[in-house]
Amino acid sequence: MAFATHRSIDLSRLLESVSGVGLGGTAVFVGTVRRGPDDGPVAWIDYSGYEEMLEAEFGRILDEAANRWPQARFGAQHRLGRVPVGEASIAVVAGAPHRAEALEACQYIIEEAKNRLPVWKKEVFDDGMTAWRENSVSQADAERA
Amino acid sequence: MEFRDPPEAANTLSVRVRLFARYAEVVGRDSFAFQLPHPATVSDVVALLRAQVPNGKLIPERPLVAVNLEHVRADRPVRDGEELSLLPPVAGG
Repeated sequence: MAFATHRSIDLSRLLESVSGVGLGGTAVFVGTVRRGPDDGPVAWIDYSGYEEMLEAEFGRILDEAANRWPQARFGAQHRLGRVPVGEASIAVVAGAPHRAEALEACQYIIEEAKNRLPVWKKEVFDDGMTAWRENSVSQADAERA
Repeated sequence: MEFRDPPEAANTLSVRVRLFARYAEVVGRDSFAFQLPHPATVSDVVALLRAQVPNGKLIPERPLVAVNLEHVRADRPVRDGEELSLLPPVAGG
C-alpha cells in the first residue's frame, strides 16, 4: 500500500495490516482537518507533496520504528489533494505485543512524519481566500539544514 | 587513443532545480535549469537561483533541500546532472 493517497484514508485496511495473534495492543492516530476557534473559517485544506520523496521518507521512518520496536507492525497513510473539514489527512497505526510499545511507536511515527514528510498545506476559507500553513516545528529543520 | 572531456564541460555543472508549493507559487514556475562553475555546493545553486530568477529573493537563503529523495546540507557538493528540490518548511499531518 502506498503511503500517499488521493482518496479517503482506509483505516480498516490499515488496521488489518497491523493485526496478528501475537499483537495484543494497537495504537491509532488520526489527524483530521480542523476548523477550531483559532483557525478561521476553514472550508478545506489542499495538501500537496513531493510524492516520490514522501514515499521514501515514510519508508525510512517506518524502518526506524521497526529497528526500535522489532516485534511491532506499522501502517501509515497521508492524504493529498482537497481534504474537507472533518476528514482525515493522516493516519498511523502500530500493533505490538503490549500497549506501551504500540503507543510509543505510534507517537514516534506521527512526530517524525510531521517533522520530515515533504507535504504542504494550503488552507482555503469560506470566502475563497487561501493561506499556506506551516507546522511550527518545521522552521527548526530549516535552520538546521 | 585518449578521450578527454572538453575543458568547458569539465569546468561547468548543469543542474536542475525543482520548486514545490509556496516556492513554486512565488516564482511562477516549478523547475529551472542552471549552469554554474565547478566546483559548487547546494548553497551556490540556491544563491544563483535567488539572483537570476524573478522573485527569487523570496526564497530563503537556506531552504530545505533534497537530492535523490533525501535531505541534504547546504555545504554538500553538487554533481553534474543532479536535480535539487527546494522544499518549503514541511506541513504534513
